[in-house]
Amino acid sequence: MNELSASSRITYRAVMVRPSVAHRIRGLSDRTLAWLFITPTIVLLLAINIFPLLWTIYLSFTNYRANRANVPTIWLGADWYQSILTDPDIWAAMQVTAHFVIWTVVIETVLGFGLAYLIDKKFRGHGIWTTIILLPMMLSPAVVGNFWTFLYQPQIGLFNYVVAFFTGRAASSFQMLGDVTLSPWAIVIVDAWMWTPYVMLICLAGLRSIPDYIYEAAEVDRASKWRQFWSITLPMALPFIMLAVLFRGIENFKMFDMVNLLTGGGPGSTTEVASITLKRAAFESWRTGYSSAFAIILFVTVFGLANIYVKALNKVKSR
Amino acid sequence: MTSATTAHSVVEPSATTRRFAGSLVVLYAVITMIPLVWIMLTAFKSPDDAISYPPKVLFKPSLEGFCNLFTTRSRQTPEFIRSLGPPQGMCDDIARSRNMVVAGPSNYVPRFVNSLIIAFGSTVLAVALGTLSAYGFSRFRVPLKDDLLFFILSTRMMPPIAVAIPIYLMYRTIGLSDTRLGMILLYTSVNVSLAVWLLKGFIDEIPREYEEAAMIDGYTRFQAFVKVVLPQATTGIAATAIFCLIFAWNEYAFAVLLTSGNAQTAPPFIPIIIGEGGQDWPAVAAGTTLFLVPIVVFTVLLRKHLLRGITFGAVRK
Repeated sequence: MNELSASSRITYRAVMVRPSVAHRIRGLSDRTLAWLFITPTIVLLLAINIFPLLWTIYLSFTNYRANRANVPTIWLGADWYQSILTDPDIWAAMQVTAHFVIWTVVIETVLGFGLAYLIDKKFRGHGIWTTIILLPMMLSPAVVGNFWTFLYQPQIGLFNYVVAFFTGRAASSFQMLGDVTLSPWAIVIVDAWMWTPYVMLICLAGLRSIPDYIYEAAEVDRASKWRQFWSITLPMALPFIMLAVLFRGIENFKMFDMVNLLTGGGPGSTTEVASITLKRAAFESWRTGYSSAFAIILFVTVFGLANIYVKALNKVKSR
Repeated sequence: MTSATTAHSVVEPSATTRRFAGSLVVLYAVITMIPLVWIMLTAFKSPDDAISYPPKVLFKPSLEGFCNLFTTRSRQTPEFIRSLGPPQGMCDDIARSRNMVVAGPSNYVPRFVNSLIIAFGSTVLAVALGTLSAYGFSRFRVPLKDDLLFFILSTRMMPPIAVAIPIYLMYRTIGLSDTRLGMILLYTSVNVSLAVWLLKGFIDEIPREYEEAAMIDGYTRFQAFVKVVLPQATTGIAATAIFCLIFAWNEYAFAVLLTSGNAQTAPPFIPIIIGEGGQDWPAVAAGTTLFLVPIVVFTVLLRKHLLRGITFGAVRK
């Protein structure tokens, strides 16, 4: 209410000063109001996102260590960038990340699109079942990761029991989280469980955006269902599928919380995705300058890939 | 829910197709629910039932998990326990049967309260800032509008750990580390980009003519915004608020790196609930269940707007 009366007071003054300018009569000028409305958001983002980003860029050129703030800071130039890009451990982490991103995106896209295709058949009760399927993606990834460690317990875990039941192996004969070959798949399974609904929801919107008359025309032309799927359904849903892939790709490239709780990067470093390497360097060995440089490299990578992908997406959309 | 509109259309799937599709989807839904149902069952198991092999589907329900979640206990000699008076309440009774006494409340409630305060605080701020900015971007000619909107979105692309490094240093310098205010500001900055993008979509859908009519009737632009646009945008604002709330509620990376005791939220706390000899699974499951219930409720409330929320308003139904 205070703001309101303040603005009407300004109106009054505006009327007194420049009665001729039409839009000034109605309160603050639109331009002033626009800046009043937008500035707080921009200021907040500058303070909590951009200022820290610039600080990170600065730190990435120095030997600064957050746990030894008294040691004089020395300018190192691009040394960290050079050592990171030639570090085999970093490339190993990037490979782990690539394995994780590619497999989760592929599995989630195939399953998600398949589910959306089935739900689009509008069977009875599809609304309720869709809501149930959506639940996992709304949960906290950290809490999800934590309770999957319980399901993955070799002796007592439900997952091992079910696998043992169907394959006939002993439930304690394999460790999803402790085995170097299985653990990269353990994190893929949990991510797929959690995020397939996400892809499904976007694909469903794509399928529902295809107007019925196109299928009717195809029926008139006696196109087979198979043909209709490949020449109508898939191409028309493609921009939506690509959007889902874009969002999942970016999110999983940054993946931290779920994997940190599930494996913490282990065993060894077999599930050490980029964010976990970054966390270990920044908050365990306290190599602040080094980790800042790695953070910038990761950010540029996400940003670059996303930009290329958005261009491709727009091309598909405009087709 | 949206029943078939063209009843005899040639493109309507046949009854068999529908039944087949339905059963596959139901099968998937049931399988995907098993982990969640399992964790909720575990919350009501006794520690022995929780780690039995083969896993027990049928068991005698116990509230020991919830007791262990809310209390800390200390081991005592049977003689000492016998020397005490009658047990105070159910939890004390359970503890004594295991040669322990309740020593005091655990940290779960304070962590849960932190989660509530930080989630609601950051949501209110993010939605308030987001509504103003979204209106500004929707209705006014702002120079570099597309660049600003893209800038707002791009802040979401940074890996949280990369942001956490300088935030950690900044908060340490200005005294905001491990404070609720610090976490509220941080979550607001993350949520505001979502809020701006979502709300811009919702406000774009409100016809400009409404405000113009109000302004002809003598409202100022600001009055028109408050009295005409805001009421029209209520649904959008509510949906956006729930999305912000869920993000802040679920967030882990910043919370685990930037808080330790004072402002710690539930997600970093739940995994470190340990009993004697490893994780106390019924207590962890009980904490998880209580933590997830609000989200389940919100998901059901939000189901019509989920699509918009998860795509930053890029896809609207």
